[in-house]
Amino acid sequence: MKLPRWFHLFGSPPFVYRLAGILSPWLGFLACALLLVGAYWGLFATPAEAVQGEVYRIIYIHPQTAYVGMMAYVVMAITAGIGYIWRIKLAHAVAVSAAPIGASFTACALVSGSLWGRPTWGTYWEWGDPRIMFETLLLFLFLSYLALRAAFEDRDKADRVSAILAVVGVVNVPIIHYSVLWWNTLHQGPTISKLDSPSMATVYLIPFLIMVAGFTLCFYWLLLKRLRGEIVERERGTRWMQELLQGGAP
Amino acid sequence: MKRAFFAVLTRDLKIAFRRVSELANPLLFFIIVASLFPLAVSPDPEHLRSIGSGVLWVVALLSSLLALEGLFRADAEDGSLEQLMLSPVPMGVAVLAKVAAHWLVTIVPLVVLTPMLALSFSLPVGVLPVMAFALLLATPTLSVLVALGAALTLGLRRGGAIVGLLVLPLTAPLLIFGTRAIDLGLYGESTAAPLYLLAALAVLALSLGPIAIAAALRVGVE
Repeated sequence: MKLPRWFHLFGSPPFVYRLAGILSPWLGFLACALLLVGAYWGLFATPAEAVQGEVYRIIYIHPQTAYVGMMAYVVMAITAGIGYIWRIKLAHAVAVSAAPIGASFTACALVSGSLWGRPTWGTYWEWGDPRIMFETLLLFLFLSYLALRAAFEDRDKADRVSAILAVVGVVNVPIIHYSVLWWNTLHQGPTISKLDSPSMATVYLIPFLIMVAGFTLCFYWLLLKRLRGEIVERERGTRWMQELLQGGAP
Repeated sequence: MKRAFFAVLTRDLKIAFRRVSELANPLLFFIIVASLFPLAVSPDPEHLRSIGSGVLWVVALLSSLLALEGLFRADAEDGSLEQLMLSPVPMGVAVLAKVAAHWLVTIVPLVVLTPMLALSFSLPVGVLPVMAFALLLATPTLSVLVALGAALTLGLRRGGAIVGLLVLPLTAPLLIFGTRAIDLGLYGESTAAPLYLLAALAVLALSLGPIAIAAALRVGVE
């Protein structure tokens, strides 16, 4: 396969550093705008739901954070895999940047889910529910990835060893996704991904999707910001970074 | 390739049997920790029966972690691991042989011991075959995971604590299906579904695991 000529630019730290610097304010602005609009729409401008009452409004936070947590894992695993196979250091930098963000989103999903579970399921935590278990497992995978990295002093080695762990752990993502279909337990089945007939009224669906877009952009915004930090740390010995640092803020 | 597999296997078995005391440690740990539970929780047979299968599974997982230090470390230190990598045999095959040896010497004794301990937890005799079978199906996956943990931490001077963090979360599916098989057995229902799933996991782990382990070892010995 022949790659287009501009493609190699994405392996170059100075280019990506600048590109991330240009993109991140836009992403940040869009993410904040969407989140504010979606939150107002979802929390104030929609009617209470017939069965659950006001509690249903968790659907503007919980599914989105859970989804972004899984997406973060996939981003991390793919970039780590690319970094391992083609030895692209920048890909490792992306993977490292994605891990703490993904861990935070997964933790948010667990916390918001358990707060919602109390009034509706009658329990904060249900050990028997597979989706909760595998979501917790996802959090542990992020944390063990970070712990494994932290144990190595040599960054290059840490990159390559942790990449293997990230790729192995990707088995977990489809299990989370299908857990509500494979086991019949408390957690409800899929609502949105049945594209032909989504089982959600349009009043709720629009703010729901706005929040999905908002959280997704928010993830990429944070990712770019972390990536810039990671590049500064990794490239601090190089000339372009020295020049950049001495020249003041970019 | 078959010859290389058996050569590595017999070599590892020979080395293992020359250090019998190291072999016995995980087993002793298994027995001691399992016997702490009746002391700590309650000696009531009713109670023990309800926690028995879970306790034995968790303790078996923990004691299999004890044995992993010797899996690649000694070979990496005396250079024989590098020799294996340089040989024309695919590294995955050698890894599979090493994992098989580890499984035979540390985990099979655990599987043999478990039914006896299960009896002391007053689990009914009828459920013992299911338990042994579930353990036999689950432990190859466990061995692969433990070996992966050992390989990932090979480059570290002290990998002990972190291996638990890496391996234990990944063992959750084994625990879920393993204890489920026993629970179904206790109620006299068909245990086929969780056992099939354990077998599927074992096939997945044995076919793809050695590749990941070999990749991790390559980084580890650099």
